[in-house]
Amino acid sequence: MIDLTKQSGFNLPGRHRAEKRFQWAGRSAIAISLLFLAIMVGTIFRDASGVFRQTQIAVQVDLSADPASVSYGRMVKAGLRGMFPDVTSRRDKKRLYNLVSSEGSFEVARMVTENPDLMGGTQTLWLTASDDLDLYVRGKVDTTLPERQRRISDAEIAWVGELQATGQLRRVINWGFLTGGDSREPELAGILSALVGSAYSLAVCFALSFPIGIGAAIYLEEFAPANRLSDLIEVNINNLAAVPSIVFGLLGLSIFLGYMGLPRSSPLVGGMVLALMTLPTIIIAARAALRAVPPSFKEAALALGASPVQAVFHHVFPVAMPGMLTGAIIGMAQALGETAPLLMIGMVAFIVDIPESILEPATALPVQIFLWADSPERAFTEKTAAAIIVLLIFLITMNLIAILLRRKLETRF
Amino acid sequence: MADPIVTARGVDIFYDTTQAIINVDLDILPNKVTALIGPSGCGKSTFLRAINRMNDLIPICRMTGEMKIAGQDIYDPKVDVVALRAQVGMVFQKPNPFPKSIFENVAYGLKIHKMTTSKTELQDRVEWSLKNAGLWDEVADRLDQPGNSLSGGQQQRLCIARAIAVKPRVILMDEPCSALDPIATAVVEELIDNLRKDYTIVIVTHSMQQAARISQRTAFFHLGTLVEFGDTKTIFTTPVDERTQNYITGRIG
Repeated sequence: MIDLTKQSGFNLPGRHRAEKRFQWAGRSAIAISLLFLAIMVGTIFRDASGVFRQTQIAVQVDLSADPASVSYGRMVKAGLRGMFPDVTSRRDKKRLYNLVSSEGSFEVARMVTENPDLMGGTQTLWLTASDDLDLYVRGKVDTTLPERQRRISDAEIAWVGELQATGQLRRVINWGFLTGGDSREPELAGILSALVGSAYSLAVCFALSFPIGIGAAIYLEEFAPANRLSDLIEVNINNLAAVPSIVFGLLGLSIFLGYMGLPRSSPLVGGMVLALMTLPTIIIAARAALRAVPPSFKEAALALGASPVQAVFHHVFPVAMPGMLTGAIIGMAQALGETAPLLMIGMVAFIVDIPESILEPATALPVQIFLWADSPERAFTEKTAAAIIVLLIFLITMNLIAILLRRKLETRF
Repeated sequence: MADPIVTARGVDIFYDTTQAIINVDLDILPNKVTALIGPSGCGKSTFLRAINRMNDLIPICRMTGEMKIAGQDIYDPKVDVVALRAQVGMVFQKPNPFPKSIFENVAYGLKIHKMTTSKTELQDRVEWSLKNAGLWDEVADRLDQPGNSLSGGQQQRLCIARAIAVKPRVILMDEPCSALDPIATAVVEELIDNLRKDYTIVIVTHSMQQAARISQRTAFFHLGTLVEFGDTKTIFTTPVDERTQNYITGRIG
């Protein structure tokens, strides 16, 4: 009689131990990667938290003067002096003016254009506070340090206390970050110009690389004769996929800008360079997707008298489509995160305006992140983190669309 | 006896340097089922695929000799392979419906050859094909369902319906029942017997009982040569060659 519950013989205990060991190794690998992911996302959100709201100061601005003779900047300064009449020294006045963002005059100008009724009297306007004041209000300034080592002086701290006591300071949701362009002042810098630049570039990139890549893949996989030239092309495509992206940037600089004279810093050229970079990825993925289609479909079509082109486009292509889309999205995700080639073609410029076409100068999300991370103002650290969140959301949205499309197109066989 | 519809003379087929078919002469008679039997690797499938030039898809495959259908050399450079395959249909070993609806599966050949002029004509022709393939009663109310939602036997009959929809003269079948259970096999065999009235059928089979049941003519291949060819009854009762004798009694194979 054999006892199947007994674990001796066949080296069973050893095999079970090996199985357990492997399972635990796998689980801990997943746990470690999840931990790192959590740390990364956590840090980004912690750093970015300051961007979601911003501080505003209520300033009594006398708008009775003609803006042609008195600038809005002077009106704002006069308003600030009026709120703190005992400030007299030149140095203190300068500090006082620094409470409001140095581009506060533009804000006033915008408010007046939007609502001309404001002109002609004294108005209480909520103006964006400077980044240093914002940091202080949020408790990010170490007040135990000696005054000379802080960005905000004791006098300013006293004024802020006064403003808080009289309710002339408030914190509001910072929509400007999502609706504005870049700025030298961190409190006013927004992400929209970079977001639009990235969207335009990716649209150009997709419009070029998807049809070209899929076309090349179909020809190479289904029609190209098996000879040395085909082999050579295949080897080269595989190599191109591994070429550093900055090389494509150089190519774009010399050919698209230098030789063809296309507009510098434009999403058109950015998208073209990214398309060059993405093409090998798309071709390789599309060929793999085509190869995964059971050859029986093509055979059945050919045996019915379909021409090779009909057999491929009626039966192989639709089945391979979801796989090709996946490859394209991987390529697009890569392109979205690419900085180096865009630097080469000038998409690193300081762009305040939201680009309105693919021919206007623009920047891209990763380049904007790089620029902000490079800025000395402390408040830009938070902007950097917030920009990373926007980039991640962009990426996740793109992937979601791809998954939905794939679900819709998928055929089971 | 009627004139043969397919005539092969001195056919040699090579895969690179290996010769798979050696000097085969074979006449296939119209409206009969011709069975090609023989042990695995004897070249019977290769020969079958030479009749509608499916071997063209294999780059290393080469053929010499003469293969004629209704008097025309099908390997003549002037012959359009698309026209040939519209005349010589094929059913494969594993049912391979397209990943489309049942209706689309049958209609595909008609559409690419523009054989019907109106939608109703197309529908009639699909219905006719499915009826002739003995599948209509089972699928009439679900023509829009995917073809691969059917059972294996139904799928194979769908593939037969797809092949007969374009009304070919010859239907090649490469072990059409090898993936089916005995009940589905019986249904398909009965169907093949019915189709014989209108089509010429060449079938490769591993089952000698099947060859005996459904074919009128049997060709026995061994190691690339055609060993014996004649009426099925004669081959199975009084084979001339010793190798045929050994194979059908189960001593080789």
